[in-house]
Amino acid sequence: MRAVRLSLVTATAVAALTAVTGCTEKGNSGDDDRVIDVTATDSKCEVSKKEFPAGHVELAIENKGSKVTEVYVLFPDDRIVTERENIGPGTKHKVTAEVKAGDYTIACKPGMKGDGIRQTVKATGGTAAKRDPRLDSAVAAYRQYAQEQADATLPLAKTFAAAVKAGDVEAAKKAYAPSRIGWERTEPVAESFGDIDPKVDVREDGLEDGQKWTGWHRLEKSLWQDKKITAADKTLADQLITDLTDWQQRVGKADITPTSMANGAKELLDEVATGKVTGEEERYSHTDLVDFKANVEGAEKSYELLKPVAKENNAALVTELDKQFAAIDTLLDKYRADKTSYDFTSYDKVGDADRKQLSDGVNALAEPLSKLAAAVVTKSS
Amino acid sequence: MTDTDKAPAPSRRALIGWGGAGLALGAAAAGGAVALTREGDDLQPTAAEAGAAVDFHGTHQAGIATPVQDRLHFAAFDVTTEDRAEFVQMLKDWTAAARRMTAGKAVGEGAYGGLAEAPPDDTGEALGLKPSRLTLTLGFGPSLFEKFDLAGQRPEALVDLPQFAGDNLDKNRSGGDLCVQACADDPQVAVHAIRNLARIGFGKVVIKWSQLGFGKTSSTTPDAQTPRNLMGFKDGTRNIAGTETDRLQKFVWAEGPGWMKGGSYLVARRIRMHIETWDRTSLQEQEDVFGRDKGEGAPVGKAKERDKPFLPAMKPDAHVRLAHPDSNGGATILRRGYSFTDGTDGLGRLDAGLFFLAYMKDVREGFIRIQRHLATDALNEYIQHVGSAVFAVPPGVRDKDDWWGRTLFSKEA
Repeated sequence: MRAVRLSLVTATAVAALTAVTGCTEKGNSGDDDRVIDVTATDSKCEVSKKEFPAGHVELAIENKGSKVTEVYVLFPDDRIVTERENIGPGTKHKVTAEVKAGDYTIACKPGMKGDGIRQTVKATGGTAAKRDPRLDSAVAAYRQYAQEQADATLPLAKTFAAAVKAGDVEAAKKAYAPSRIGWERTEPVAESFGDIDPKVDVREDGLEDGQKWTGWHRLEKSLWQDKKITAADKTLADQLITDLTDWQQRVGKADITPTSMANGAKELLDEVATGKVTGEEERYSHTDLVDFKANVEGAEKSYELLKPVAKENNAALVTELDKQFAAIDTLLDKYRADKTSYDFTSYDKVGDADRKQLSDGVNALAEPLSKLAAAVVTKSS
Repeated sequence: MTDTDKAPAPSRRALIGWGGAGLALGAAAAGGAVALTREGDDLQPTAAEAGAAVDFHGTHQAGIATPVQDRLHFAAFDVTTEDRAEFVQMLKDWTAAARRMTAGKAVGEGAYGGLAEAPPDDTGEALGLKPSRLTLTLGFGPSLFEKFDLAGQRPEALVDLPQFAGDNLDKNRSGGDLCVQACADDPQVAVHAIRNLARIGFGKVVIKWSQLGFGKTSSTTPDAQTPRNLMGFKDGTRNIAGTETDRLQKFVWAEGPGWMKGGSYLVARRIRMHIETWDRTSLQEQEDVFGRDKGEGAPVGKAKERDKPFLPAMKPDAHVRLAHPDSNGGATILRRGYSFTDGTDGLGRLDAGLFFLAYMKDVREGFIRIQRHLATDALNEYIQHVGSAVFAVPPGVRDKDDWWGRTLFSKEA
């Protein structure tokens, strides 16, 4: 199913303009005020207007020069609002962005080098195009979900930490996987903070030079590989609770957009594909299928929240995703006796043929899931 | 129309024009000697030849009688969907992608320039590369006919291969509901093709196994120098040429059942060579094993490679003697194999050999007959068959409205 860029789609200005990304609003696409013709040559960068209403703008770029060029829309401090590279001679491109009122620079870079030929432009008055209210609701509901997961994780993590501190290896082993479920369901949110994930969920092979190994997986190694709990482990258990509390308190401030929700769902499946299917994530405890299930659940949550909009834009994709989520859930259920429990088969007992089947199921789901973000922002033809 | 279509033209895109050249080349190949001379070396095709596109459309699928390219990526797939309509749609999607890739174009809307939020349709690693004579050839394995109510359509000639003497088959390198043979002069073009088809297939099919091949071991252009296999011997001297329409008709193209008319049958065998022991073997024994001399490739007692072999002069267990049509009631197959080296095994030996590919009118009268006769082959001491598959290769995709497998899956066909 091909996705066609509508004129009211935000392009790459996501980070700078999170409040207005993920826009699906239609309506003023024929509004000439919002279209700026940019004619790039080897020596000039002509713009058809220097003032335009804030909100949605569209750059209709034509390269009439002999060199490949780039066109940027820049903030006054040269931060990039949006850009388009590799515009060949004789070709036309469209770039869209959402901009607030203020001064901007449009720069053409013939030969794709240097600071470019610049024009100062101004976005006036106006209002940023509003996002589909259903997407605002989806973001709000997802934020609530992420908060609930963090809130529910803390007591489970404390049970785990208490067992470690009591030196009770068996009790700690039992509490380990359940303490990770909420985290695994919403990991992209936690990862967006940058600093928490490396403290709580890093694996030994993921350590950077000089980084101290802390978090769940260090304790996993002690419990299953070393089969003993050291004094240092007890300190790490406290540290884990401190770091997870930090996570719990920051979820509410996380930068969440419809696009980041959709991409987060896809990233959860990436996590499954690269870490869980291979058995690398939980190499000592072999509780990979618990994480696998939690990742899928988190992805499915994002998907369900975005589905009403995605269905309007790409019904076939939604049909396929419904089918593939159901298929992977059915497949995972083969590995637990009780469908309400998270007591999954130890992954070291899952043979190569079964692992391939799981991998095939992940591929079958992740490929269409990679198209969800586009379906949230554009209508497919 | 999206801006992708107006994007700066990479050379693969620029070479769309080669489609015409490809047609011309194809015609030349069918009619005679192309631009190759007897002294020519088709292991290093001329620039034009290496860059050209081979026409995807035709009575027969390309990649059988068309000139053999230098590189291979062969993939066997299992079908996971139980929905016939979904599978048929995938065959149509594959056909559309194959049509573009063989013409040197990117899949779908291309590899860049599309929506920033969506992964590009094409994976991009073939941008800037020439069409490289890419051919994509689709086959249906016996196990496919157990699905989609196809049992009644299974051709009699598509038999399951029996166990042959010396077989040590790995089930993870054998069988498959479907296969795609991707051949090109540039390995990246061949790999790109399989990768993109696999991606389109996610959710409908899964890759069961795949094999990379380098260095063709047979050619269908006899005027070119005969390639050598990893044992250092010329292989396929008397192979069926793409120009020999009579022999192709007699030995390669299927005449039925109806949906297979113009198709063929493909046998794929991963043949591991015991490279290290072979290399310690005396020249005399090596030449005795094959029944040809190592330098010229001439049959025992003859001066030139293409001199007619006098089989009784060879050892009774010589490979050429046992495999020759005269020893097999005339049985002849079109060989299209490739050398492979998948690194080394855990014992420090090269994991190398011949990925044998052969097309034939009837598997029973072709490969099975010959392979049974090779039970006493002296070569068996130095090789082992470790993978095996057989496929019915349907006729060609006729035109832009046709699709792979239409004759099997379209009720009105």
